Amino acid sequence: MNLMSEQVLHSPTLDLRFASSTGIRKRVKQWRLNATLLTGVGMLCVVVLVALGAALLTPYDPIAQQLSDAFLPPFSPAHILGTDNFGRDIWSRIVYSTRLDLQIGFFSVLFPFIFGSLIGVLTGYHGGKLDVLVMRVVDVLMAFPFLVLVIAIMSILGPGLTNLYIAVGVVGWIPYARIVRAETLATRNLEYVQAARTVGCSTARIMLKHVLPNAIAPALIYVFTGMVLAILTGATLSFLGLGPQPPTPEWGAMIAEGRQFLLLAWWMTTLPGLALLVIGVALSLVGDGLAERR
Amino acid sequence: MNRFAYIRKRLILMVFVLFGVTIIIFGMVRIIPGDPAFLILGDRATDQNAAALREQLGLNKPLYEQYWMFVSGFARGSMGDSLLYRQPVADLVGKRVPISISLAFYAMTLAAFITLTFGIWSAVQQGRVADHLIRLSFLFILTTPNFWFGILLILLLALGLRWFPVAGFGETLQEHIWYLFLPALTLGLQLSAVLIRNLRSQIILTMRADYVRTARAKGLSERWVLSRHVLRNALMSTITIFGLQFGNLIGGTLVIETVFAIPGMGQLLFQSITARDYPVVQAITVITAFLVIVVNLFVDLSYSFLDPRVTYE
Repeated sequence: MNLMSEQVLHSPTLDLRFASSTGIRKRVKQWRLNATLLTGVGMLCVVVLVALGAALLTPYDPIAQQLSDAFLPPFSPAHILGTDNFGRDIWSRIVYSTRLDLQIGFFSVLFPFIFGSLIGVLTGYHGGKLDVLVMRVVDVLMAFPFLVLVIAIMSILGPGLTNLYIAVGVVGWIPYARIVRAETLATRNLEYVQAARTVGCSTARIMLKHVLPNAIAPALIYVFTGMVLAILTGATLSFLGLGPQPPTPEWGAMIAEGRQFLLLAWWMTTLPGLALLVIGVALSLVGDGLAERR
Repeated sequence: MNRFAYIRKRLILMVFVLFGVTIIIFGMVRIIPGDPAFLILGDRATDQNAAALREQLGLNKPLYEQYWMFVSGFARGSMGDSLLYRQPVADLVGKRVPISISLAFYAMTLAAFITLTFGIWSAVQQGRVADHLIRLSFLFILTTPNFWFGILLILLLALGLRWFPVAGFGETLQEHIWYLFLPALTLGLQLSAVLIRNLRSQIILTMRADYVRTARAKGLSERWVLSRHVLRNALMSTITIFGLQFGNLIGGTLVIETVFAIPGMGQLLFQSITARDYPVVQAITVITAFLVIVVNLFVDLSYSFLDPRVTYE
């Protein structure tokens, strides 16, 4: 009983120190918000809103060609960010691409996160032969340069979004498995897990209800780094022509298209890269901010 | 365990990992449902050339025999014939491997300078303007794709200021160094972006250690304390991160080669993918994995030289 009450008193949700402060200040302290996290979340909200409201924010169809308007520079009267070699509005293409790239970031991480975390808790909790086997598989997969393996897999499966998710997922689960495994090793012999065992909880229940929730936080933080990596990988693949196929607007592909017109239209390559920069910085700040909180 | 016993253990592990790597590459085309010959040939596939390919890759033999052909071929340095160029893969790839490796090492050298300069600067200036500026700039570099950053450097330094050539590789060693500077800088900056974050926090942590306080109390100069006492210890974890990042460096090198038109493995790899020249893709994948394994072996061994207290378990 003594142990239990001590744990309750030390749990962050019941921190009594800030009970007297009021308003926003209280919230900030309660949720342990910091400038990095707030900036990141703010930026990310804007990016998500832009993706959701793409149709409202763009005056043009992102794939509609208007050859008479080709190569208009940024701040042209009708085209705020200019046009490309087909006269397509670059702002519209960048905005629509936000949807696609966010989607790539999300789905490339979702399944590896779930699978990796489950593997991590399973190997960490049970140990033994399964653990050794999985860790050796990890050793082997880690020997491949990530991008090269993804490209090799894509070369067999062919270009396209689903294949991109598969290729990224083959290696993508590893960080989550390693992180959750390490946390599980630290958690599995704590009092509350022993207590659950004593009460007769099934192994599956202990792993999923008692160990996993306490081991998942660092993996959740890594999700944001993982999303940046996935988006950059997606952009790289589409830069190389292995991603979503033209005329679908995607930042990497837009950069590739602009390469032939570097001297003529620098904006075709630079602007989509800036969009990648914004989304990458937003996600990184959220990840860093969450990590600082711990 | 002494160093030699450890090396032996690591080499055994390395053989095991290499075995795993070949199994994966070997299994990749065979695990997917359908005829591997048709899968490899794609649109080009006819019954006739599929049969020829089956013969060349030995796809009509039992699996274990196929695997033996594949592995023993690699061990002998013969990796089959390219489907596109109709010449031995070893000849095609062999010429390009040194170019890619030199570019990667060039990038590593630049990364070492950049990481040490800005990592130390950032840590010493912790919390001040310089620190924030360095961290912000490298966060930007970290979150942009290297091909875009490379193109940006071309726009500014090659097309704009005309300091460097736009693309190519050059003829003599001096030309190589000059031509490869921008691609190596692109890769080096991106690598440092990861390393600086780590080095900075490690230096800040190490500065709080007792032995650093002792060193200062002895009256050693700040410069000496930093280089002899702090840096040597802080570098340990940065080198680990470097080992983990080496795969990314190789991957990045291949991509950057296409941006700067450097005749390395990258160009060949992407041509081969478009042409579905699978034996070449296979060979390059194995070679890059081998490089990563070897570099990480050296990283693990370097610990005991940096810190004599390290014993291997």
